[in-house]
Amino acid sequence: MNGVHDLGGTDGLGPVVVEQDEPVWHADWEKVAFALFPTNFVKGHFNVDMFRYGIEQMHPADYLTSPYYEHWVHAVEHYTSRAGVIDPAELDRRTRHYLEHPDEPLPEHEQQPELVTLMEAVVRHGGSARRESPATPKFAVGDRVRVAADHPLEHTRRARYIRGRTGVIESVHDAFIYPDSAGNGRGEDPQPVYTVRFEATELWGPQVAEPNSFVHFDAWEPYLQSA
Amino acid sequence: MTRTEITPSPTVTPRSEEQIAARVKALEAMLIEKGIMTTDAVDRLAEIYENEVGPQLGAKVVAKAWTDPAFRERLLADASAACAELEIGGLQGEDMVVVENTDTVHNTIVCTLCSCYPWPVLGLPPNWYKAPAYRSRIVRQPRAVLREDFGLDVPDSVEIRVWDSSSELRYWVLPQRPADTEGLSEEELAGLVTRDAMIGVGQPLHPGR
Repeated sequence: MNGVHDLGGTDGLGPVVVEQDEPVWHADWEKVAFALFPTNFVKGHFNVDMFRYGIEQMHPADYLTSPYYEHWVHAVEHYTSRAGVIDPAELDRRTRHYLEHPDEPLPEHEQQPELVTLMEAVVRHGGSARRESPATPKFAVGDRVRVAADHPLEHTRRARYIRGRTGVIESVHDAFIYPDSAGNGRGEDPQPVYTVRFEATELWGPQVAEPNSFVHFDAWEPYLQSA
Repeated sequence: MTRTEITPSPTVTPRSEEQIAARVKALEAMLIEKGIMTTDAVDRLAEIYENEVGPQLGAKVVAKAWTDPAFRERLLADASAACAELEIGGLQGEDMVVVENTDTVHNTIVCTLCSCYPWPVLGLPPNWYKAPAYRSRIVRQPRAVLREDFGLDVPDSVEIRVWDSSSELRYWVLPQRPADTEGLSEEELAGLVTRDAMIGVGQPLHPGR
C-alpha cells in the first residue's frame, strides 16, 4: 500500500532527535506494549508481516505523531479484534474505566511459568523466515535489474523510492517468506531475496544526489525485472 | 481483502500518556483473562531487553573480530553463525549480515518501512532510529544527516552505503578498530564499541576519551 509508513526519501520531517542516555523503556506501558507482540504471535494471531501491515493501517496522522510502541498496540488491537479475541466495545469501556481509576489493579490471575519459559525461548531462538528455495534464482550477482513499478494496494516491502529504479544485484540470498503473500494472510510463498545496489544519482537524480553514495535494498524476486 | 482498511483517526490530537497507559492496561487485562498474557511474562520480557540483551553483546562480537582474523572472516561470511559461537543470537537476528567499514567505505543501517534492527546484538532500537526523521532522510541525504544530526563527517572520497533493512536480513556494522589500541585486551576494546558505531552513525570511542 502507498502508506505514510513508506518514509524513504520523504522531506520535511525535521532533524533527528537523539535522546542522550535513552532508557530501554520510557514508561511502564511500553513494557506491556512490547510483550503484546510475542505473546499474541505465539497464539497465531498474526505473523510478523501481518503485524507490520496492521501498523501500516493506522491513520497516517496517528502514525506520524504517536509514540512508537503505540503502533504495536494498534496492530495487536487490529488482529485480536478481527480474531474475535478482543471485543472493541469492551476494550473502550475498560479503557475509560482505567482512565478514571488508574490505580485499579489488573485482574488476579495464575502466573503460568510455562509462558515465561516460552517467551525466553522465543527471544533466544526466534524463528527464521528463510525457507527451502522452490526454484533456482533467476538473477545472479552483477545483473542489472529494475524494480517493477507496480503499486500494490496491500502489504508490500517494495518501497516507493526504489520502484521503477535500476540497480545491480549485489548478493543472492536463499528464499524467504514473501511478505506480499504472508503479510496479506495468503501463505508463505517463499521467494529468493536479492540485495540490490542503487546509485544515489539513480534514486534522486544527478542534481540532488550526494556524491559517492549508494543504497542497498533487499528485494524478493517478483519485485525485479531484467534491465 | 484487496482494499486497505485505514482505521479512522481516533484522535484529533495525539493521545496523552495517561490515555495510552489506560488503553494498554485495558488490553492487558482482557488478554490476561484470556490466558494470553501474564504480568510475569511482561516483566521477564522487559527485564531481558533492559539487562541482558543490548549493545554490549554486539561490542563483544566486534572486539573479537578486531583481535581474531579468522573469526572476522566467519563473521563477514555468516554473521548469525559466528555470533552463535559466542552464544549470541535469537529473535530479530536469525539471519544477520555484518558489513565492514574500511578506509574507503562507510556503512549505515536503516529500516525505511518500519524499524527492523538486529536485536540480539544491539538490543531494542533507540527512538530516533524508529522515528520518521531518520528513516526518511538517511537514504536521501546520508552525508548531511551524519554530519548535521550525528556530528560524523564522512569525506566525499569515502563511499557511503546505506543498508535499508527491507527483508528479514538484519544488517549491522563492523566499525574500524581505532588507532593506538594495540595493547588493549578484548574486553577493553569492547568498551570502545558504541551502539552508534554498529548502526553506522558514529565511530568507536578512542582510548582515553
